[in-house]
Amino acid sequence: MIYFDKVSKIYGEESIALEDVTFEVAPGEFLSIVGHSGAGKTTLIKMLIVEDRPTAGTVYFESKDVHAIPRRQLPRYRRKIGTVFQDFKLLPHKTAYENIAFAMEANGRSDEEIEENVPQALGLVDLADKIWNFPHQLSGGEKQRVAIARAIVNQPDLIIADEPTGNLDPIATYEVVQILKKVNDLGTTIIMTTHNKGVIDALGRRVITMDRGRIVRDDSEGKYVL
Amino acid sequence: MWTACKRIIKAGVVGFWRDAFVSFTSVLVITVALFMVATTLFNNHALEVALEDLEEKVDINIYFTITATEEEITAFQGLLEGLPEVAEVTYTSRSQALEEFRARHEGDELIIKGLKELDDNPLGASLSVRAKETSQYEGIATFVVAQHENPPSGTSIIDRVNYNQNKKAISRLNDIINSTRNDNTTKAILLIAIALFVSFNTIRLAIHNAREEIGVMRLVGASNTFISMPFMVSGILQGLIAGVLVVLLLYPALIFYESAFYPFPFFDEAGYGKLLFGYFVINFAAIFFTIVGSGILIGAISSFLAVRRYLRI
Repeated sequence: MIYFDKVSKIYGEESIALEDVTFEVAPGEFLSIVGHSGAGKTTLIKMLIVEDRPTAGTVYFESKDVHAIPRRQLPRYRRKIGTVFQDFKLLPHKTAYENIAFAMEANGRSDEEIEENVPQALGLVDLADKIWNFPHQLSGGEKQRVAIARAIVNQPDLIIADEPTGNLDPIATYEVVQILKKVNDLGTTIIMTTHNKGVIDALGRRVITMDRGRIVRDDSEGKYVL
Repeated sequence: MWTACKRIIKAGVVGFWRDAFVSFTSVLVITVALFMVATTLFNNHALEVALEDLEEKVDINIYFTITATEEEITAFQGLLEGLPEVAEVTYTSRSQALEEFRARHEGDELIIKGLKELDDNPLGASLSVRAKETSQYEGIATFVVAQHENPPSGTSIIDRVNYNQNKKAISRLNDIINSTRNDNTTKAILLIAIALFVSFNTIRLAIHNAREEIGVMRLVGASNTFISMPFMVSGILQGLIAGVLVVLLLYPALIFYESAFYPFPFFDEAGYGKLLFGYFVINFAAIFFTIVGSGILIGAISSFLAVRRYLRI
């Protein structure tokens, strides 16, 4: 499904964010990427969602070179991917409902679909009672659950979660990971970067370990080893 | 298509309302800018009316000899009216000239007495010539003088032309009028440019604040149109409200301005449209659409340009 072929990203002579990174992700996998800050995890994600371009190498999504997609068609590509970030990235002037509806509207869904699916998605992340709350009226864990609901509502092929538990307390972390697991069980591929040892050890899924822009380990049922 | 339009308009209006502080600030700045533009335009109009009034007061008077017949003068008048530079030629007959002279010197007994002692009317008929532009008097005067010096009939019927006495004043006035017009146009362009620049930058700052939001919208897979259009709708709303506010403000402002600075009605009733407030009332529709339209354009173009910056990868 996803294939990184010798991808490097060099910002300057002294700053190598990614170096010769090669790996593959199969459909339905739950892949965790771990590493210290600056190891290249976020750069790797940016390559995949075409927020940044590699200096060398190619990134394939469903056998297509994602960096060869014309700029005008990038929104269509991004709709295949749901994204969840450490800082939630919700639209501050929209309610929980509107944040999720926006993703569906951007996807060209009908009003009827939106009215039906948004409450369902919010129900799935256990936020049916906070549907009309604005982001500033929600806790960190709740914001992240809205972000997950937004990521899953269009039923994407892939969900990318960049440090999704970075700003959360242990209980909210547990809840978010459980939701991601549930989504993965339903068939969606998930790539998650994290610092959280407990999360990785509890998941018991594939783990790629990065250090200074390189992949140093790739374990199919990995543990957090650094 | 209709659904997309509906969503864009709704998002724009809701965004305008929920981000009230930013919207209010933008409306305020556009209002001040448009008010500046409007007052500049009104100022230009007032100046133009004053200059035209001044121009109308300038003319050349051709005084004929007392022996010149009315036919000869009428023929000469026809000749002048044929010139492309001439706007109007007014004929004053000998008897009219005498009457006007008497009226002017009504209180001066010595002159009236002197007049009575004369057997004949000592005044000749005259033609008053108005040119289309003040700069054209020179050419008309040259033509008249040539006719005077080389009359087609042999003897000149022209006694004197008053242009040469007034030449300096007319050319001076012409220079003043031209430089005032140029100066005012430059000032107006400069003021309008400043107003547009300030409005544009305010809207740009407002959208700069929303750059992270724009980034999120892109990540969610929204197309550039779907991201930028609601910002344009908000911008249009800001411009629209500012435009209407300016038109509403102009009403009392012009009444106050005229009552404060024009304490005497030197225009008669027919000249009502020339006054600022009269001009505003008579041309209300055109002024309304110009000001509100400018506001809408400022809002739409500024937001379009500002949001485009954050849509690039």
